Amino acid sequence: MCIAVPAEVLEIKEGNIGVVDYGDLQQEVRLDLVDVRVGEFVLVHVGFAIQKLSREEALQTREIFRQVYAAMEE
Amino acid sequence: MPRGNEIIAALNETLDRSITVMHICGTHEASISRSGLRSVLPSGLKIVMGPGCPVCITPQGEIDATLDLVDKGCIIATYGDLLRVPGSRGSIESCGGDVRVVQGIHKAVEIAEKTDKEVVFISVGFETTAPTVAATIVLEPPENFSILSCHRLVPPAMKWLLEQGEAKLDGFLLPGHVCVVDGYEGYEAFPVPQVVAGFEPEDILLALLMIVRQVKDGRHEVENAYPRAVCREGNVTAKELMYRVFEPCDVEWRGFPVIPDSGLKLRPEYARYDAQKKFDLEIRHVDKHSACICDRVLRGIASPTDCKLFGKVCTPRKPVGPCMVSHEGACKIWHLYQRER
Repeated sequence: MCIAVPAEVLEIKEGNIGVVDYGDLQQEVRLDLVDVRVGEFVLVHVGFAIQKLSREEALQTREIFRQVYAAMEE
Repeated sequence: MPRGNEIIAALNETLDRSITVMHICGTHEASISRSGLRSVLPSGLKIVMGPGCPVCITPQGEIDATLDLVDKGCIIATYGDLLRVPGSRGSIESCGGDVRVVQGIHKAVEIAEKTDKEVVFISVGFETTAPTVAATIVLEPPENFSILSCHRLVPPAMKWLLEQGEAKLDGFLLPGHVCVVDGYEGYEAFPVPQVVAGFEPEDILLALLMIVRQVKDGRHEVENAYPRAVCREGNVTAKELMYRVFEPCDVEWRGFPVIPDSGLKLRPEYARYDAQKKFDLEIRHVDKHSACICDRVLRGIASPTDCKLFGKVCTPRKPVGPCMVSHEGACKIWHLYQRER
């Protein structure tokens, strides 16, 4: 339930909506809870960015998620 | 970050007595079970689950209240995890009502914007989730939208567990994503070793090592093993929003009695979005009658495999208790990975 996934902010639209990239998937998320700019990484939970992350650490976490999902599909 | 096997070696060197550590997060249990972490730990180090799955700790009375809302003709929007949790007369999934699974509350509001019917969002979740609800409520959704607030706060439950002493706990792995929002200042009052943990196996091993070191040194403090996402004060904007919209209230948790100030209810200025008031709902206490031991699993004094129903009468397809329903429930996770310890 408290799962949260790192994503890169690609675009910021009107009304606190951001387009983020999870690696293979792009999605609109709400940015009400964070102050971010394009190119920064956020942690996304239930469609909301809940915190900013450093770029390097986010990429590292994203790679681990990718491995986990690959393992689950085997 | 040190590699897993280096941390395990350090754990073996450091552990000088048998200890029990509780985590309060379903995502931690999923990571621990998936990676088989328990099998590589020193035998004196036991990890038990606490009440860390919001779906599992939602008492039956709140599921029954949701079914009452279906009877009143409301569209129910909620997270998929909640659908199969058994209520007194079936589950939300089997009730025959108009039930929509949504990613988050903002998608439930979009449903309300397109219909004249009443839409109720069944709002479960800890500190991680509650600010997303608050951020949506302050935007003043349409009048036909409301929420059934089933939110819970983690520190009051920890306080209850520590005072009660039933599970004999030597330390806590604090839930990383709850602390992303809430920070860890609020945990500093508890006289027990605590470490904020991330969700990769190495994150959890590192946090365990930090707890074992505290136990060995006779220290008790809050340390942070997940600094890439968590700071002491948490996400201040999110916390402020949460307490602008909600105030703490006394609520029951499944497996626990009423815990003071452990729930969140909408403040009077947002009462028009409170489904309990709007539809005059009564949240009834329901006594447990089956042999299900979810209550003991949630308090950290039993494991899923201690249950006579586990994997026999109770399976993910036909769950008897909530811990077999949610992807974060200990029983479902153990059933998936078939871990014996």
